[in-house]
Amino acid sequence: MIAHSVFFYIFSLIAIVSAVMVTVSKNTVHSVFFLILDFISISCLFIMIGAEFLGMIMLIVYVGAVAVLFLFVVMMLNVAEQKGQWFSSRWDGGTHIPVGLLVSLIIFFELIIVIGGWKYKPDLLNSLSLNISTEVTNTRSIGNVLYTDYILLFQISGMILLVAMIGAIVLTYRERAGVKRQSYVKQISRERAEGVDLVEAEKNKGVKIDA
Amino acid sequence: MLSIGLGHYLTLAAIIFTIGVVGIFLNRKNVIVILMSIELILLAVNINLVAFSIFINDLSGQIFTLFILTVAAAEAAIGLAIIVVYFRNSDTIRVEEIKNLKG
Repeated sequence: MIAHSVFFYIFSLIAIVSAVMVTVSKNTVHSVFFLILDFISISCLFIMIGAEFLGMIMLIVYVGAVAVLFLFVVMMLNVAEQKGQWFSSRWDGGTHIPVGLLVSLIIFFELIIVIGGWKYKPDLLNSLSLNISTEVTNTRSIGNVLYTDYILLFQISGMILLVAMIGAIVLTYRERAGVKRQSYVKQISRERAEGVDLVEAEKNKGVKIDA
Repeated sequence: MLSIGLGHYLTLAAIIFTIGVVGIFLNRKNVIVILMSIELILLAVNINLVAFSIFINDLSGQIFTLFILTVAAAEAAIGLAIIVVYFRNSDTIRVEEIKNLKG
């Protein structure tokens, strides 16, 4: 039990510190790396609490795909170094920083108040349908439900991914000038008349090619 | 203090959520950091769902976390594509210089 608490505090401390560093890092590449550290520590927490499948999926999806995508974009756009500026290059007397801090603090205290005053609703536990069974593994129990009760949601999420993929390709596609492409239609529909030319060759003069 | 309960996880999620909101408010560097703050907020929501799912002993929270993960990945892909297109058109993605929509 003590080891569990110690690990919880270590991982959550790493998660909070790296979340702060994501926000305040001067270099955007460092921000991405701290984001990866944050995801890793949170997925360790998930594995510790007993949701192994989600912890591993977090590692695969976030660290393996989303964070690497961020890294690609940051390096591709060459915006990593922002010349030592923290939040803003020039302080123009705007009020966004104090107002933003105030609103964030209010949100935080609201969340804390909700947690402090929160109790189980007594009849909530009776109305549950998806109890976590201790006999099968976490992955198998998720699969048992995901492919039966939630199959429509599962397919809709696949459709969302497809739309996102097509959308990203359509958004970033551009027609470049001066690129030679193969056109199958042109190749196949070529006739003998335009490919072969019969000429009368005069004596001692030769034939002009590509006239 | 020593036994970790639901409150601990909810507090962690609240802290990370607030850090994400602060990141959105205060950031004026570039839009990519704002996208990362949104990822942090979604992460906090995921922590809440998983913690409730374990402590109430109900599996549906973890299923919903799976779907939130899907939507977060799609959102990151689309957002980064939009940022790439914007950078191509106007050579900057700094928040203070994005004024095209101001009218």
